[in-house]
Amino acid sequence: MVRLSMCASGKYSSRGPALIPRMKTKHRIYYITLFSVVLLGLIATGMFQFWPHSIESTADWGLDRRSVHDAPLIRLPVANPIPERGDLSCRMHTCFDVYRCGYNPKNRIKVYIYPLQRFVDEVGVPISSTGLSREYNDLLSAISDSEFYTDDVTRACLFVPSIDVLNQNSLRIRETAQALAMLPRWDKGMNHLLFNMLPGGPPDYNTALDVPRDRALLAGGGFSTWTYRQGYDVSIPVYSPLSADVELPERQPGPRRYFILSSQTAIHREYRAELERLKEENGEALLLLDKCSNLSQGVASARKRCYKGQVFDYPQILQESSFCVVLRGARLGQATLSDVLQAGCVPVILADSYILPFSEVLDWKRASVVIPEEKLPEMYTILKSIPHRQVEEMQRQARWFWDAYFSSMKAIGMTTLQIINDRIYPYAARTYEQWNNPPLVKWSSVNSPLFLPLIPPRSPGFTAVVLTYDRIESLFRVITEISKVPSLAKLLVVWNNQNKSPPEGEKKFKCPECTAIDGLSLDQTHMVERSECINKFASVFGTMPLKVVEHRADPVLYKDDFPEKLKSFPNIGSL
Amino acid sequence: MQARKKYVLLGLCACCWLLLFYWGGGVQVRLLKLLGQQRGDVVRPWPDWTDRVLLPGYAQLEELQTGPGSAESPRQRHQAWTGIYKDSRCRMETCFDFTRCRRRGRDGFRVYVYPSEKGERGSESYRKILTSIGESRYYTTDPREACLFVLGIDTLDRDQLSGQFVPNLDDRIKGYPLWNEGRNHLIFNLYSGTWPNYTEDLGFNIGQAILAKASLNTEHFRPGFDVSIPLFSKDHPQKGGERGWLVRNTVPPRRKYLLMFKGKRYLTGIGSDTRNALHHIHNGKDIVSLTTCRHGKDWEKHKDARCDHDNLEYERFDYQELLHNSTFCLVPRGRRLGSFRFLESLQAACIPVLLSNGWELPFSDVIQWNQAVIEGDERLLLQVPSTVHAVGHERVLALRQRTQMLWDAYFSSVDKIVLTTLEIIKDRVFSHVSRNKYMWNALPGGLLVLPEYSTHLAHFPFYYLSLGVSPGQEFTAIIHAVSPLVSQSQPIMKLLQVVSKSKYCSQIIILWNSEKPLPPRSKWPPMPVPLTVTDGRRKTSSRFLPNVAIETEAVLSLDEDTVLLTSEVNFAFLVWMSFPERIVGYPPRSHFWDPVKNAWGYTSKWTNEYSIVLTGAAFYHRYYHYLFSHYLPPSLRALVDRTSNCEDILMNFLVSAVTHLPPIKVAQRKQYKELPSPQTVRLAPWANPEHFAQRQECVNSFASWFGYMPLVHSQFRLDPLLFKDQVSVLRKKYKDLERA
Repeated sequence: MVRLSMCASGKYSSRGPALIPRMKTKHRIYYITLFSVVLLGLIATGMFQFWPHSIESTADWGLDRRSVHDAPLIRLPVANPIPERGDLSCRMHTCFDVYRCGYNPKNRIKVYIYPLQRFVDEVGVPISSTGLSREYNDLLSAISDSEFYTDDVTRACLFVPSIDVLNQNSLRIRETAQALAMLPRWDKGMNHLLFNMLPGGPPDYNTALDVPRDRALLAGGGFSTWTYRQGYDVSIPVYSPLSADVELPERQPGPRRYFILSSQTAIHREYRAELERLKEENGEALLLLDKCSNLSQGVASARKRCYKGQVFDYPQILQESSFCVVLRGARLGQATLSDVLQAGCVPVILADSYILPFSEVLDWKRASVVIPEEKLPEMYTILKSIPHRQVEEMQRQARWFWDAYFSSMKAIGMTTLQIINDRIYPYAARTYEQWNNPPLVKWSSVNSPLFLPLIPPRSPGFTAVVLTYDRIESLFRVITEISKVPSLAKLLVVWNNQNKSPPEGEKKFKCPECTAIDGLSLDQTHMVERSECINKFASVFGTMPLKVVEHRADPVLYKDDFPEKLKSFPNIGSL
Repeated sequence: MQARKKYVLLGLCACCWLLLFYWGGGVQVRLLKLLGQQRGDVVRPWPDWTDRVLLPGYAQLEELQTGPGSAESPRQRHQAWTGIYKDSRCRMETCFDFTRCRRRGRDGFRVYVYPSEKGERGSESYRKILTSIGESRYYTTDPREACLFVLGIDTLDRDQLSGQFVPNLDDRIKGYPLWNEGRNHLIFNLYSGTWPNYTEDLGFNIGQAILAKASLNTEHFRPGFDVSIPLFSKDHPQKGGERGWLVRNTVPPRRKYLLMFKGKRYLTGIGSDTRNALHHIHNGKDIVSLTTCRHGKDWEKHKDARCDHDNLEYERFDYQELLHNSTFCLVPRGRRLGSFRFLESLQAACIPVLLSNGWELPFSDVIQWNQAVIEGDERLLLQVPSTVHAVGHERVLALRQRTQMLWDAYFSSVDKIVLTTLEIIKDRVFSHVSRNKYMWNALPGGLLVLPEYSTHLAHFPFYYLSLGVSPGQEFTAIIHAVSPLVSQSQPIMKLLQVVSKSKYCSQIIILWNSEKPLPPRSKWPPMPVPLTVTDGRRKTSSRFLPNVAIETEAVLSLDEDTVLLTSEVNFAFLVWMSFPERIVGYPPRSHFWDPVKNAWGYTSKWTNEYSIVLTGAAFYHRYYHYLFSHYLPPSLRALVDRTSNCEDILMNFLVSAVTHLPPIKVAQRKQYKELPSPQTVRLAPWANPEHFAQRQECVNSFASWFGYMPLVHSQFRLDPLLFKDQVSVLRKKYKDLERA
């Protein structure tokens, strides 16, 4: 107490006279005018400099701005080799060249992006009907802006081709594979990462990209447990383009108008019949939406859903339900999942064998309900058995997953790279809490670095640290008393007085001011200062971490009517 | 005057800047261009295409809603799958018959063990596994109600050269009428393959059976179907098990050696790549890597130049001492991927550094190993020293504590290993009533978190702090009534008044365990809170039944003759809010080791420490009701009912086994029940010396079921601030507690 107050009073005395002398009114007007002139001048300059020249200057500075169509054209000879189909037994230790990543003090992989090229076959037909898509461009931009990026191909650990394979439908499989094999560092696909969201094609829709790709890692949307190479591939979400177009404000978790909502337009008819049956049984709690058949021209049909002629806005309607069904379609991965999460609706996932997005790190049990397709008829009962508070937590968790990992191509790309990074530098991997706790929980939760409940033995004892300033007598009193404690292993005195050197050995100092200083702790200003400290600390912490309790610890027999001789700590409390 | 000069200078500067803008624009443009170019070259390597906005979307919105068409019905697809995805491609969806596990919860998950054939004695380890299953709450003797089947034949050691090897397994299994291609069967294995290749071959066809195997290779592991288990020795204890070796955390957490290894060096054969290189990282100072060539019969044949020197060095260090004094322990593969040293280092709180490429780590389905071990890469052995050097103190501290948490939760006994295997499979079968990853990886571990109680983290007493929430501000009082209602002045009436007056009390439940029938409602006094009377059917264990009527997290358990004040109740409840995972109560008791009798003793004497708080007046979390009734074996509850005694001791055992912490005693006005009035002495069962002897026995039988003594002593009691301090009573909130 004394120490603190001394510091504080010293601070006050060091303050010199007031910093700003009072100015004369005449001067003040002069300065204000001068400043106004300068300010106006600056604004005028800005207008003059940038406005009239703006078009000319961007062209001037952005010489490297190019169009996608300026990318070099590469012709693929028919006889070009085709990579192998992809080895299902690939794992990081068998198909990944870890030497390229090396030991790295930052524990961060280096990712290289191939420059954009337009591949065409011998007759000039491009290998992809769309070429570079907006989404893939966003993804590559995000990687190149990130700390993972390197432009030095020799130092790269991971290679990302600029060939867009997000959607298999727009690809010519054989030619795309040939193009991949032509990449200068392809080397059997080693350390190459491909992003694909819509794999397979009619009629049986494979669950992984059909393009032969040697040993390349696949970040795929819609993996099944049979195509997913655990610990090698990364399961990613199917990006919903609505994420960029529609803004759904976060809603407070809680009960919603509907209990279960189904919004997908392409569900197997047997499942739709099953859902209809559930609706019959449970009535208003379920809302089954489908395509709108008679929408007027010009209305984006993808943004509308209908139930018996009633039209609903999609995806806004998702916010009106507690649970939202995500059934398998032709593919296992559904973009609907992303919309549902964005709406803070708890996804009910019915897609047997589906590997959920980022399941390597995300704990989906806290944000969704996974039900075997077979149990669709029991869906209502299963969901009803979940306590309200848990549903609310799941709603919050769902929205957080979207915010952090689904909301943009950047989020998807960065999460994928982070997962691969965690595999290569497992000792620096992010923790469960870092991946799964929403910011609110991260702030309010307490995770002690000493989390294991250990009751340490007495043997090594303890170290006493005595902070002191100037009160030699009370210091000696403390030292004498505490040195009687059998468990004391070491005594450390921190001398806090710059004006005096610490007393040597057993020599005693006289301290005539001691009593005077003692009085300081009772001083009003001292308490005020300490209150200020508390406010300052709380504002820096952003919250008040201190908790109020009404108890204190006493020895078991403290002040009990019991012979003092038999008590372990008889003297406690006798002041 | 100083200030004035400053302002004039500032004005001049501004004027210069203006002039520069008006007449020297060229300079500025060039400057900006330079900056702009630099940015373009270094920071934005992926061009900002001029026609970015014109790029097409990767898919049409309609394309994202591609339906399955009407071709294949889901049922047909499922059938087709069962035909394709079997044997090495088994998954629960295709190789497991869920219809055998129809009933909900524990009843749906019954495990049947085939009887062993006469004269056949399996290995000690396998007998322990079967004992664990037999004593678990999932065991059934009726194959008709079983969901999972376990073979009676020892399949642990499938090394043909081993003495434990059982021949002709294929033929014998085919004889089992319930085999059904192995569906719903669980096969345990520790060793497969043999010299020189040590393949994953078990020497018989397991078909669609689930494999619980040590040293599993990721390539052969069927994800979501098989279970990887740790390799354990035949001396591994059946239950309880030794605690981890970490007794206190030291900061900084470094030990004498940074990294250690002591083991065999293989000169040839599988695994020799790594084992033959380990000596390279030995530096004799902080990294001790000792190898010996002396193993096998003909080691001298393959002996090389290093051997003699290395063998000498090897003898200089003691393995146990190294385990104690090393921060990291190298766990390289042997001939097989897993090794005993994995569990040894885990127990020793020596952070394992794995060098075993392709090893599917034990219970990898549920345990997040990267928070407890360093997963190295055999190819990067020489990087290991710099890697472990770079692990910061904070992380070492966390990793080390996590080794202990995992050891204690899942590995310290055969019981735990087997139960974890069963629980993992059960979580798959009832996937929507299963534990999440957090439950598996946070204290107290998945085995003590029963998903049938709830799947919501905030419903358990363990996670409040890590979720940033606090338990509810209300409690439910449960009064255990055994004497008939005769007068309005008997103790229970007074108790009802006192408890209902607490502002935190939300409801009172009277558990009627008297010989007399339930009294009519009108006999009970009117209450400010809801009062429920339920029939306990005269079972002592019924006081800890998970009563659905309990809506609050906190439970106040009371005996009918408890004498309390409202302020005592309030204070104890506020203390419980700070320690929701522990029992908070009033009268303490203690256990001790009696070296004369060579058994545990129980005492009610006033001592300086305690390890039990009587549940005749105590707060605890309602989850413990569920654990008491579903986690503990029926035999212990039967003991409680038979003797009408010890239920409170058992509850204290349970809670301390879960938390590893003692209960908490709070201040009370005067010693509860210690000085009974002479009239009640005859009636009270606890005054009976036989009653006391029974309690001694209970302590010993409970300790033997747990396999160790979970009770922990405490030396403190929590009192209200200012309790018995020399200040005016007017300033004391709990002044009633000091009145005599």
